[in-house]
Amino acid sequence: MIGKFKIKHYINYIVISIVAVIFSVISLSGGQIDNSTLFLLEKMTISIILAVSLSLVVGFLGELSLGHAGFMCVGAYIGGKVASLLEESLGNGILTFIISLTAGAGIAALCGIIIGIPALRLRGDYLAIVTLAFGEIVRSIFQNTSAESFGGAIGLSTPRFDKKYLFIIAFVLVLATLAVLQNLIRSKHGRAITSIRDNEIAAHATGINVTKYKLLAFTLSAMFAGVAGVLYSFSNYTVQSAKFGYNYSIEILVMVVLGGMGNINGSIIAAALITFLNTKLATILTGDLAVLQNLFYALILVFIVIYNNAPKLKGFRDKYNLASFFKNIFKHKTDPSIVTDDAAKWDVVPTKITMDEILSVDITTNDNGQSDEGGKSDG
Amino acid sequence: MADCILETRNLGISFGGLNAVQNVNIKINKGQIYGLIGPNGAGKTTIFNLITGVYKPTTGTFFIDGKEIKGYSQEKINHLGVARTFQNIRLFNNMTVVRNVMVGLHNSPDYKCTVIESILRLPRHFKVEKTMREKAKELLRIFDLENERNFLACNLPYGKQRKLEIARALATNPKILLLDEPAAGMNPQETAELMDTIRFVRDNFNVTVFLIEHDMKLVAGICEELTVLNFGTELAHGTPQMVLNDPRVITAYLGD
Repeated sequence: MIGKFKIKHYINYIVISIVAVIFSVISLSGGQIDNSTLFLLEKMTISIILAVSLSLVVGFLGELSLGHAGFMCVGAYIGGKVASLLEESLGNGILTFIISLTAGAGIAALCGIIIGIPALRLRGDYLAIVTLAFGEIVRSIFQNTSAESFGGAIGLSTPRFDKKYLFIIAFVLVLATLAVLQNLIRSKHGRAITSIRDNEIAAHATGINVTKYKLLAFTLSAMFAGVAGVLYSFSNYTVQSAKFGYNYSIEILVMVVLGGMGNINGSIIAAALITFLNTKLATILTGDLAVLQNLFYALILVFIVIYNNAPKLKGFRDKYNLASFFKNIFKHKTDPSIVTDDAAKWDVVPTKITMDEILSVDITTNDNGQSDEGGKSDG
Repeated sequence: MADCILETRNLGISFGGLNAVQNVNIKINKGQIYGLIGPNGAGKTTIFNLITGVYKPTTGTFFIDGKEIKGYSQEKINHLGVARTFQNIRLFNNMTVVRNVMVGLHNSPDYKCTVIESILRLPRHFKVEKTMREKAKELLRIFDLENERNFLACNLPYGKQRKLEIARALATNPKILLLDEPAAGMNPQETAELMDTIRFVRDNFNVTVFLIEHDMKLVAGICEELTVLNFGTELAHGTPQMVLNDPRVITAYLGD
């Protein structure tokens, strides 16, 4: 039996599908979508796949990985290379894409396993350093390859894929990524992964195979970073190693943190938003103003973080947020006499205590009159 | 030997030059409630950590249900039937109460479901999820936590967190349950309730209970046998009446 179907749980699939369908209908019916919009859509989908996959490791497993761009780099180079090798024999169709996708994602996953086995014995900052180093090593390996193999410093040129269809494939891949990761997280295995984040010592003692689940999360995350890499190589025509520096890893991490740790929908929104911002800033600020791109980007990030966390803005946030906006549309009146269950909101600490509450405090006395310390006699 | 669930032989561990535990011989029979007491720093929790595989013993060995444990991981020891609670409560704080217990049920053979089955949402996944949730609710009902099952574990009051930790440990279907200071921070009434709970667990879940406790009322009330540790070595051993009246034990606790 399938449990209660809750639309809340599937809202991300629905929203992404609607966006994808709208754009594909416009695109396929010969409507006006310029290439830069399509390119932006592809970039957004790549960011979403990266953010959601990193969210599995950072948000749900609770380990800090700074090498996500490294896994993406592996996927991009391997996928791009396989595609350019297959171009002659298989042409430039969906089959080429699927084979290069499998190869890129597979090799990235393999890297995830190879890095994961030794690295996951480390914890916290040390794991972050190792993954950071991995990302840089991968990047410099591809940078120093010969021009015939992986293009070296000039970059690997990849076959051109019809832009009209690529973004549809990208959206399908986003949905697939979401389905795999979300189904994993919402299962007993996801619970095991989350338990490691919450308390690793207790997870060990409860019989959870910590190493296995850490490796599983790390490998899956690397695999989907590889998928994003392959998509990137098809979207960009050339793959250059400079793209995959640690700055890019940090940017993915920012998406995850901004979206809220352990919040997939948040990661999706943050990934789309940051990519949109970056691209728009790059097109608006050109010429001499180009130096301001990073400044504005940073200012906007600082603003978002402060806006979301500053205690003084809490009242403002509660008044003007999206959720209440939608609630006001659908529900015209809110009845103040309806009191929601307080027990559901234990984290809300009452700031003002009324006289009634003080008077209603129930004080009971112990009949046996023995104090708690009576039994304890530590030497 | 058949009814002996846990036996340690000359168990000991030293950290650098410090002999934290030396030559400890404990023999616990099936269905017993066995107490381990001693002043602070005597090595009680270290013994629990040795038995659950957190530390590896430097000398001696121990047997669980007649099987010698050597170099086993914590997970494997848990699968052999050892479950524990912690001195400072260690729950999965950001998960709901019912999910905490479901993590305990994770390795039960009744709820087997591979990762692929879960990702592809095959029928087995839904069946396992449903039966797991039912079983977890059943366990929570026993511990009077059913109404709080959808709260985050960190939002439970202290006494209920302790109960939840015991429920989670029992969910792993142990043969022996190690309780590390279960009554710490409880008032006399809560302690009395806890004693009933421990007896109930022993009788209904068919487990042996091995507990560390400072509350002598609880120890004298429910333990059938005691071992007293002092400076990592066994000081006395026997029934509570015998041990608690032993002049050496009184000296260890109160000084000369």
